Amino acid sequence: MSLTTTPPPGPEMGPASSALRRGSLPNRFPVALLAATAAVVAGVLLAFSSFGFVLWGLLTAVAYVVFVVTASARVEGGRKARDRLVTSLVYGCFLLAMLPLVSVLWTVLGNGFARFDPYFLSVSMNGVLPSMDAGGAYHAIVGTLAITGMATLISVPIGVMTAVYLVEYAEGRMKRTIMFFVDVMTGIPSIVAGLFVVALWIILFGPGATNGAAGAIALAVLMIPVVVRSSEEMLRLVPQDLREASYALGVPKWRTITKVVLPTSAAGLTTGIMLAIARVIGETAPLILTAGSSAVSINWNLFDGQMMSLPVFIYSQVRMGGAVNYERAWAAALTLILVVMLLFFLARMIGRLFAPKAR
Amino acid sequence: MAKRIDVSGLNVYYGDFKAVEDVSMTIEPRSVTAFIGSSGCGKSTFLRTLNRMHEVTPGARAEGKVLLDDLDVYGHDVDPVMVRSEVGMVFQKANPFPTMSIYDNVIAGARLNNRRMSRSEADELVEQSLRGANLWEEVKDRLNKPGSGLSGGQQQRLCIARATAVKPSVLLMDEPCSALDPISTLAIEDLIHKLKEDYTIVIVTHNMQQAARVSDRTAFFNLSAPGKPGKLIEMGETNQMFTRPDKKETENYITGRFG
Repeated sequence: MSLTTTPPPGPEMGPASSALRRGSLPNRFPVALLAATAAVVAGVLLAFSSFGFVLWGLLTAVAYVVFVVTASARVEGGRKARDRLVTSLVYGCFLLAMLPLVSVLWTVLGNGFARFDPYFLSVSMNGVLPSMDAGGAYHAIVGTLAITGMATLISVPIGVMTAVYLVEYAEGRMKRTIMFFVDVMTGIPSIVAGLFVVALWIILFGPGATNGAAGAIALAVLMIPVVVRSSEEMLRLVPQDLREASYALGVPKWRTITKVVLPTSAAGLTTGIMLAIARVIGETAPLILTAGSSAVSINWNLFDGQMMSLPVFIYSQVRMGGAVNYERAWAAALTLILVVMLLFFLARMIGRLFAPKAR
Repeated sequence: MAKRIDVSGLNVYYGDFKAVEDVSMTIEPRSVTAFIGSSGCGKSTFLRTLNRMHEVTPGARAEGKVLLDDLDVYGHDVDPVMVRSEVGMVFQKANPFPTMSIYDNVIAGARLNNRRMSRSEADELVEQSLRGANLWEEVKDRLNKPGSGLSGGQQQRLCIARATAVKPSVLLMDEPCSALDPISTLAIEDLIHKLKEDYTIVIVTHNMQQAARVSDRTAFFNLSAPGKPGKLIEMGETNQMFTRPDKKETENYITGRFG
């Protein structure tokens, strides 16, 4: 809350002394008011035996805003009162937005912790009946890493080079057409991408051919437009006068791109790629169709048979029902969230490594 | 090493719009020539045609002849990239490469072109170029620090060192001091006096006093009317241009009746 530091007017200073002076509420007042309101509302609710946390929170928030705005209007004037109202609304919306995020993390942490241990992370479901109190997600972790890894290897060169073409070489209708289709591709539903690869695989290998490579290609179809868009933004941010400085030294255009433009934007490019990876790592529908949902053993070979992945593992465990399966699903969910967090952490580190150093 | 430039009948277009019309001039080797004129009259545009930098802007083209010691820079078989390693350029805003150290910035011309140089050759070239730019004493202890950590005037001298490290024959400077304070400007003008002995220098400047201080010959550009192409009005020895110019227009500009 913004608070002025001018002292409140004493009785000897009347309004005639200066039109510029205003009173102000003491610094601690809003906090004290909030605490007091919370206590009063709690008391009232308890007295009516209808205490609930949500009701308490809502009533306290509304009552606090009404009280503080009224007090402010009295003491500080209309403009400050409006300021306090809007500030309260902004803070309120922020808390509202944080609520689902914190709630999700809390729930996954709470539910997943029961089964999340080194054993779970190191064994697969090979030979484990669904209701047995055994088995883990190692094969799913392997599958996620392999499939996402191959998808990245396919989509990063294609995506970055398309972005280089769009920023450095393309012009006119060709450029507008490509950008339009890239935008369309960002909206492809993930299951449609999966269906596309299933159809492709049937043409190439006959029906029933599910393997990790198919899943990787489906994910690549989803990743490429994201990589193109974010790389394009990053390349545009490189100032034109850096390119001109390079040309003025007698360096040809392609060398300028590889040795000046790409290194200068390396940090941003990496962040964009990490974000694209994080986006597809949790895709379930295309992987069910292309890589199968019943693999139980560890499979590192992308071209040989079904491959389990973390999101599909969660899905298949939930479908089976039963307490043990739910526990496994929660633990796998926790694993997936941790993998994504690790990726973002890596992205930050790499970004800091590549960033143009100052001083 | 320094070469002479002969321009004849040069017209510069941006798409269909003619920006500069029919310029002809001679620039002697080992001299400093200043281009002066009001804003938007085509001095920078014309300067950029001398090393074919205007081609970087989409839609820009030049027609006419620019001879660099008898080689037509706009000839059929002439590679613009090779032209730019002969004719170097320093820009208004200093632009050292942010991902490179001071050392790497100076030899960027060679490094970016994958020219192999032994460590000792590179060290020597860096020292030579930085001494030539009057920057060696200030940075010799922090060659590995990034180029962006220097002050504006130092950065501009770094860019000059980078440009001279490629050993061009001509050095073009597009308002190199307009973003700098008077002390840094003085440092760069002293540098230009020194560089004059080895290079042909062409400098575009808004500052007439600077043109008077630094150049041997001055060329005055102007627009006949807004929307019309810029033209070379008059060119001559700096002393004569600033005391007894031939054209009335030149006199009006120099005495500040417009500009």
